[in-house]
Amino acid sequence: MIAAVTSLGAATVSGDPLLAGHIDLAIVLIVILKVVVIFALMLVATMLMIWFERKVVSDLQNRVGPNTAGPFGILQTLADGIKFFFKEDLKPARAQMRVFILAPFLTVVPAFLLFTIVPFGGDFSNGHDGSVELFGHTTYLQLADPAIGILFALALSSIAVYGVMLAGWSSGSKYPLLSSVRASAQMVSYEAALGLSVCSVVLVSGTLSTHGIVMAQAGAGWAGFIPHWNLVAAGVLPFVVFLLASQAELNRPPFDLVEAEQELVGGYHTEYSSIRFALFFVAEFMNSVTMAAIIVTLFLGGPAGPALIGPGWLWGVIWFLLKVLAFLFLFVWIRSSVPRVRYDQLMDLGWKVLIPMSLGWFLLLATYYVARDQHWNGLITIVIGGAIGLTGYGLLRFAIATSRAKRLQGVVE
Amino acid sequence: METAVFIVCALIVLAGAIGVVMSRNPVHAALSLVATLFGIAVLFLNLGAQLLAVVQVIVYTGAIVVLILFVLMLLGVDEDEDLDAEPIVGQRILAVLVGLLLAGAVLAVIILGKDAAVTGAHSATEAISPSIANIVQIGRQLFTTYVFPLELTAGLLTIAVVGAVVLSRRPKDLQPIPEPESMTELGDDPLTTIPEEAAH
Repeated sequence: MIAAVTSLGAATVSGDPLLAGHIDLAIVLIVILKVVVIFALMLVATMLMIWFERKVVSDLQNRVGPNTAGPFGILQTLADGIKFFFKEDLKPARAQMRVFILAPFLTVVPAFLLFTIVPFGGDFSNGHDGSVELFGHTTYLQLADPAIGILFALALSSIAVYGVMLAGWSSGSKYPLLSSVRASAQMVSYEAALGLSVCSVVLVSGTLSTHGIVMAQAGAGWAGFIPHWNLVAAGVLPFVVFLLASQAELNRPPFDLVEAEQELVGGYHTEYSSIRFALFFVAEFMNSVTMAAIIVTLFLGGPAGPALIGPGWLWGVIWFLLKVLAFLFLFVWIRSSVPRVRYDQLMDLGWKVLIPMSLGWFLLLATYYVARDQHWNGLITIVIGGAIGLTGYGLLRFAIATSRAKRLQGVVE
Repeated sequence: METAVFIVCALIVLAGAIGVVMSRNPVHAALSLVATLFGIAVLFLNLGAQLLAVVQVIVYTGAIVVLILFVLMLLGVDEDEDLDAEPIVGQRILAVLVGLLLAGAVLAVIILGKDAAVTGAHSATEAISPSIANIVQIGRQLFTTYVFPLELTAGLLTIAVVGAVVLSRRPKDLQPIPEPESMTELGDDPLTTIPEEAAH
């Protein structure tokens, strides 16, 4: 295991083979080309995601949804965007102007940056390493493959809190302020669960690099057809925790207490209008797309999949898009089916269920790997580890129950 | 290239630091702190310490400053402060003196040490192994050489958490602390006040 980590670690120092050697003008131009392509793709994907969400929600509610602009109303978002540009930009009298202007950008920039580490194509079939030839240079179909990989995503999601928080505070209005206080508590809480479930993936893959994580999941798989996806390899639990925590991190229903219309008017962006509001709106949907892409990368092998006919790299893109689309549909489906949770339920779920579960599972996985390294009996180790974990969880539940009983008795406040 | 990045980052760090001290509004000060921490993160990246950079962002900007802002907003203490008031008499002069002393000490090391102090290397000792990612190196060092301090730190943090929980559990018969005058005066006014320049 340690040998495996070392070899993968050595591989992650270099990252993208494009940047391994001498960097000349051609390589800089290739990187710039990638930046432009990803930027454009993200904008188009966001536009289509907004349309897709509205259309699917309408279908699930027996409505027609947008149907006027373009075929199937597909240009509705474009029309809305143009309209936003021409709206009056209202500046509330009580707003802290500098922070008020800064906040939308703090939301939208991390949303764009997050996609840079996602591998969105490349041939991973038959032992290929996912690299493609681009103008005579070997490179990966992802903008950057830093050694810190997935930690970069966690860092950006922790920065994304600022946009929401400052937007609410700087508006100088009560409802946005309440919303931003809710948002910061919620996002900081669920980051912990998010990070702990990523730990399990990193442990199984043996690397932090997103490309490395996809590589570890590529291949023919168990029994020839069950893919090596972390969904299976890390156990289903980290996947479930990550999926739930990501919905809370995105402030999507059923965890959208940040913009609960019945309680908070519009949430943190109540006072925003025109293109500033549009920036929040775009960032929200862009984050949905990127989060789906990150789930696919972490748990479903990203672009890894069999190449049937034609060039392998194209199949990578096709598999990636199909997987992401499945998750986007799941997001919309959850949104239109599950009612919003209460705030105490949200915090209970985060702190008392998701964090202990993902932490316990991570420890169990680590125990399993240590047992494998030391040639211990795997079954006995897992049984003992599981028993210890369950005892710990039982003690935690007992402590929670005791404290609740004491609170009800009125011993403590 | 490295020098250019260093100069830009150093300017951001310094501007942020000055902003922390000079801002009238606590929230603006906290945001300046974010700029400083970001600049330091990029400086770490510049030195090839990728893990440190990302930890800097996740822990400091992503958690600690968010909590500072959270408390500021929750308590509504985000009103402009009077910068001329000096809580401790003579603290400004003392601060300037100590700062000059520190700057002098750093300069003295650079001037007296000459080549020994300024090697131009990323660190005086270099990475333990240049071919292995620094995440792997740091992890291995933490869990082999420094495992005892690591566990001690974990214990310390646990004690701090337990202490915070114990302190926050007030017995029922305790008298509530009366609200300070300034807060009750405000009545139903919103938590934020109109800044003077935007009020007209």
